[in-house]
Amino acid sequence: MVDATQEIDTDIPPAEVPELELYHPKSWWTTYVFSQDAKIIALQYSGTAFAIGLVALVLSWLIRLQLGFPGLVDFITPEAYYQIVTMHGMIMVVYLLTALFLGGFGNYLIPLMVGARDMVFPYVNMLSYWIYLLAVLVLVASFFAPGGPTGAGWTLYPPQAILGGTPGGQQAGILLMLASLMLFIIGFTMGGLNYVVTILQGRTRGMTLMRMPLTLWGIFTATVMALLAFPALFVACVMMMFDRVLGTSFFMPALVEMGEQLKYGGGSPILFQHLFWFFGHPEVYIVALPAFGIVSDLISVHARKNIFGYRMMVWAIVIIGALSFVVWAHHMYVSGMDPRFGFFFATTTLVIAVPTALKVYNWILTLWRGDIHLRLPMLFALAFIVTFLNGGLTGLFLGNVVVDVPLSDTMFVVAHFHMVMGVAPILVIFGAIYHWYPKITGRMLDEKMGRFHFWVTFVGAYAIFFPMHYVGLVGVPRRYVELGDPAFVTTPVHGLNAFITVAALVVGFAQLVFLFNIVWSLRHGRPSGGNPWGAASLEWQTPETPPGHGNWGRELPIVYRWAYDYSVPGAPRDFIAQDDPWPQPPARPS
Amino acid sequence: MSVILVFLVVVIGFAGWWLAHQRLLSKPWLEVGPDPLGGPRPTGMPTEKIALGIFLAVVGALFALFASAYFMRMEFADWRPIPIPRIVWLNTGVLVLASVALECALAADRQHDRGSLRLSLAAGAVATVTFLGGQLVAWRDLAASGYLVTGNPANSFFYLLTGLHGLHILGGLVALARATPAAWGTGDARGLRLRLELCVAYWHFLLFVWLCLLVLFTGWATGFVNICRGFLT
Repeated sequence: MVDATQEIDTDIPPAEVPELELYHPKSWWTTYVFSQDAKIIALQYSGTAFAIGLVALVLSWLIRLQLGFPGLVDFITPEAYYQIVTMHGMIMVVYLLTALFLGGFGNYLIPLMVGARDMVFPYVNMLSYWIYLLAVLVLVASFFAPGGPTGAGWTLYPPQAILGGTPGGQQAGILLMLASLMLFIIGFTMGGLNYVVTILQGRTRGMTLMRMPLTLWGIFTATVMALLAFPALFVACVMMMFDRVLGTSFFMPALVEMGEQLKYGGGSPILFQHLFWFFGHPEVYIVALPAFGIVSDLISVHARKNIFGYRMMVWAIVIIGALSFVVWAHHMYVSGMDPRFGFFFATTTLVIAVPTALKVYNWILTLWRGDIHLRLPMLFALAFIVTFLNGGLTGLFLGNVVVDVPLSDTMFVVAHFHMVMGVAPILVIFGAIYHWYPKITGRMLDEKMGRFHFWVTFVGAYAIFFPMHYVGLVGVPRRYVELGDPAFVTTPVHGLNAFITVAALVVGFAQLVFLFNIVWSLRHGRPSGGNPWGAASLEWQTPETPPGHGNWGRELPIVYRWAYDYSVPGAPRDFIAQDDPWPQPPARPS
Repeated sequence: MSVILVFLVVVIGFAGWWLAHQRLLSKPWLEVGPDPLGGPRPTGMPTEKIALGIFLAVVGALFALFASAYFMRMEFADWRPIPIPRIVWLNTGVLVLASVALECALAADRQHDRGSLRLSLAAGAVATVTFLGGQLVAWRDLAASGYLVTGNPANSFFYLLTGLHGLHILGGLVALARATPAAWGTGDARGLRLRLELCVAYWHFLLFVWLCLLVLFTGWATGFVNICRGFLT
């Protein structure tokens, strides 16, 4: 909260805005298709991510139908099941969550929140999207390739990923997957450079790093992490491609398949796991950090209170980002690696819980005695906190070697990572869309449909994943196409599996309502005005809603304060916008 | 994974040093007024240079990860080091010359010496293309001697890493080709200095990467990495 009596600098020169150096589109194609405007690119990223996300949603239904009612769907053979699981996992983690948080929200919010007209390299930004789209198309092409997509599991572990016994292993499936991932990484690197450099260099006058909304800190740190972590996946993909196409033995040990000695020899599957998880664990935080940032802003705006412990929140984001690079091998406790490493990685895993818990405390303290408005973004933000806490706590269990070893191959792990990395970030995505949709379109999303969507999603997610923890605890293994009645599962779980499936179908249906709401509200939504939530951060202060090309009219805004001045005593409104010079300087003698 | 961890320590150390200068201890909730630190160009450095610096960090991470994989893979019993063809040493000298030539081009541009600028640029480009040609000859010599890409993981790494390094050099040549016409008066003369600076930085970086790869292929780094690994484990 700001001291309203504080003197402010009255000698503020006018914003020195150079001649607009923006690219100005000259046709419909360059305005809406091959656009260099970050806002259009953000919508393109989001639309593509949602489209491929819908595919992954349908795949999740098929997975659950098979697990809940084995044999009900004819075409789900064991091979098809593994293909469906693989594509569901990879699409959700990489092509939906990463693309949506960084390509979607990053593109839309960074220029607006820092007070810039656009990204610093708009052409490269445009290329980033088109390469992402190409990556998605290559991925989708694998559904239609001979043999279908790869069924290697989303971790693509060798040697099985490129063997004949795995769906797509000796056909085009695995090649298309590897090619798609490499394209995605190249496209992301182009976009990521833009996000980082725009935050470093594109900030308007007065926008210091420590005045940036936490959303930007989350996106900034996550992007830096992604730029350093995705090369690990790239390296793994290139080397696996060599193994598969040229017959090298980077990862492939000596093997006999169907009585035939293969050409491989001496390779190390563990090496692939190290590379994969060196990317894979930071990836969790690449998705989580933007979610942390966004949820901080949603809570502050809708509780009409400044964020508690802003500095600590920034430091926590940075520390989590750095620590996330030294925890990767906790995914490999059962891989046969040197057990002494387990102690080190268990320790770092537990240490990373400290800054994460600090953030949770700060969210709760922000809510405490706030003027809480239970509007849709706030509902989703609250749901996120609870869900992330649940997922985080089971993460602490699994971070310990002795607990992880028996649970590692059970549905408990599936429930854990879906709570912490699936449901929690997706709740934030929904909250963020309900929050920023009015800025993007000038209209509000329908409240009734939104509340239906929230409650079904929130309660439904728990109906799916709470029982799944239990199913895992009683020993049900993951990756089984059909459980049957094995001797090692002594508690009957078929009823629970069927219940989870029904819940998953209902939750999936609620997402269709959400998508309908997005489309319906474009025309029929209530006009929102420029700042319907009374938010203080810069993106809500644009002269036009939706923001026009160049965002800010003739002059760039000047930033006078941080983004969290809510309920300031003596202020004329319950928020003070970042570009508001209040208290007004006294008139100067002529 | 020792190499990538050491690389990350350097990157995170630099990031920490930079963040320490960003007033992270300030209390933004008490500060009102346009802050002099937060201008449109907070660092005063050209945006393109910062972008190149970050891009080089990404490329550095890529090669550090390959180096990590190299050291992990070489521990297995089937590893047989690949002999380094003589022409590789010549290629190394040529790449050093390319870097020096571009540095001379930059110096000539600063002194507004158009003749030297053109000569140096041409020399840099020719040397770089010669390097790439030389690498292809090295591949041919190795293949002729029976060191094929699938023969041994050491061979596979040699072909893969030299190829990847060559691709990055090719990308640099495209950037150089876009900068060069200005030296002959047919392109964007205003941006020539900046483009030259970017090219020089990129060439020096790729020379550094190549020297690291050479240390890797010759086995000179093995002892050092063993020390690092002992320290980390």
